[in-house]
Amino acid sequence: MPDLSVTLSGWKLDNPLIPASGTFGYGEEYKDFYDLNVLGSFSCKGTTPEPRHGNPQPRIAESESGMLNSVGLQNPGIHYVVEKVLPNMHQYFRKPIIVNIGGNSIDDFVYSAGLLDAFDNVGIIEVNISCPNLHDGGVNFASKAESAAEVTRAVKAATKKPIYMKLSPNVSSIAEIARACEKAGADGISLINTIMGMRINLRTRRPVLANTAGGLSGRAVLPVALWMVYQVYEAVDIPIMGMGGVFNAWSVIEMMLAGATAVQIGAENLRNPFVCKEILDEMPSVMEQLNIERLADMTGAAHPHQKA
Amino acid sequence: MLNRKKGTYTVLSNRRIAENIYELILDGYTGFITAPGQFVNVALPGFFLRRPISICDYDDYSITLVYKTVGRGTKVLATTTAGQKLDVLTGFGNGYHIKPGIQKPLLIGGGAGTPPLYGLAKALNRNRIKYTVLLGFNRAQDAFYYDKFQALGADVTLCTLDGSLGIKAQATELLKTEDLDYDYVYACGPEAMLRIIYDFSKTDGQYSFEEHMACGFGACMGCTCRTKGGSKRICKDGPVLYKDEILWDGDSLQRPEEEPAPGKEEAHA
Repeated sequence: MPDLSVTLSGWKLDNPLIPASGTFGYGEEYKDFYDLNVLGSFSCKGTTPEPRHGNPQPRIAESESGMLNSVGLQNPGIHYVVEKVLPNMHQYFRKPIIVNIGGNSIDDFVYSAGLLDAFDNVGIIEVNISCPNLHDGGVNFASKAESAAEVTRAVKAATKKPIYMKLSPNVSSIAEIARACEKAGADGISLINTIMGMRINLRTRRPVLANTAGGLSGRAVLPVALWMVYQVYEAVDIPIMGMGGVFNAWSVIEMMLAGATAVQIGAENLRNPFVCKEILDEMPSVMEQLNIERLADMTGAAHPHQKA
Repeated sequence: MLNRKKGTYTVLSNRRIAENIYELILDGYTGFITAPGQFVNVALPGFFLRRPISICDYDDYSITLVYKTVGRGTKVLATTTAGQKLDVLTGFGNGYHIKPGIQKPLLIGGGAGTPPLYGLAKALNRNRIKYTVLLGFNRAQDAFYYDKFQALGADVTLCTLDGSLGIKAQATELLKTEDLDYDYVYACGPEAMLRIIYDFSKTDGQYSFEEHMACGFGACMGCTCRTKGGSKRICKDGPVLYKDEILWDGDSLQRPEEEPAPGKEEAHA
């Protein structure tokens, strides 16, 4: 019997598979497709203190082997989540979940994190600092080491839950930013968020997305994500949730080899809502083909010096 | 609800029935379809996202889709031939609800918005409800399903913009000029057409919309619109909206606007 379990900050997950934030809602839409309890956990829709409608349409565009979105954090707000979603989640998901929080200011993150402490079924808070930052002229918190560290320190002080900082790939040195988060007290790093891109409609000669640009996700981004995770593994000693373009058992293992302890699946869920279950079904045979007995042994195994 | 199964469907036929309009019949499980006006999401080789297509008709073993070729994806779909297998997720969206008590609804379809009304017409027949059908197309070569609606025993009026078939008029024109006898409206067509129907019809009704979407089942939040009842996802809470909940922005359904505070929003995952 192959061992699929992995451990994130003391929390033992049955397997490393975690549907990624923004592609899985609060689980509600997927519970008719399969029993969600087969998952390691899932990361919920990025949630802000206030409800948000998101950006104008169109906010979805297709690309070769991927898609762009400019949804813009549409969510019902943290109060709805703590009052309605989390207390009732056991009806379809009996494991702790990862709550992804977003915001425009440090206060936003601190506020949401503080409200989540009371919930046993919140395993990790994933802090999405790839959001716009009012206080820094529209630059993301994740784009500079100092601002990333500042958010990390503030959120860490506001909660007892492990916090994982979700980083943007749209930066010049991902390793430096990850190190700054670790130094500021982050329990883990989560990456990559989407890569900025655009499409143009040839007939109208205008951008396809109403917001001009959006975030690229899907299979196309896997090599970029692997390289980012690889660099961060070299730079920090805290666990990594790796994501970006993962779509089958083989790419889950590849992401672990690059340095991920757990692996998130994002855009692939949107084209194939069964994908996480299918990956779990095929994983034992793939592990056997690759002579893997314990999946957790793969984390960082592609590096010259794999950490213990 | 039951755990859904991944759907593999066999193409029984795929034929051109009007200019850029195809009728595709699929063989496979239809138990997830619960109402006319729902849609399926079709995976196509070489494309990352599925193509959402409204269900025109279905029985215990087959699904009929009538679609227009508008982009590369639907053009590839148009080349599928009998015997091919397609990965299709079915039974998405709310669909039309047959309102209890209605006795003479009016069904108005425009162009590629016509197909879901056919399944609705059959459902009305099963409920022994008489109805009137008003179909609008640009030209004779764009028109389809007139005979199929007639074969259901429906009172069908067909309009074309250029007068090459049926009455020379916009279908919505008849709402304004004729004294049509109806007690409810079911509509599907371009948004500008739905807006006119909304303004000139005398009764309540249900209107079917479309929007760019990624998943089709409510997870990606790509297709959100605003209604009097708050944000709704066209794919999951729609595509059918009740007249009394629709909010317009000119000739279009009201969509989310730029969020006031942060200015330029970066996409997130």
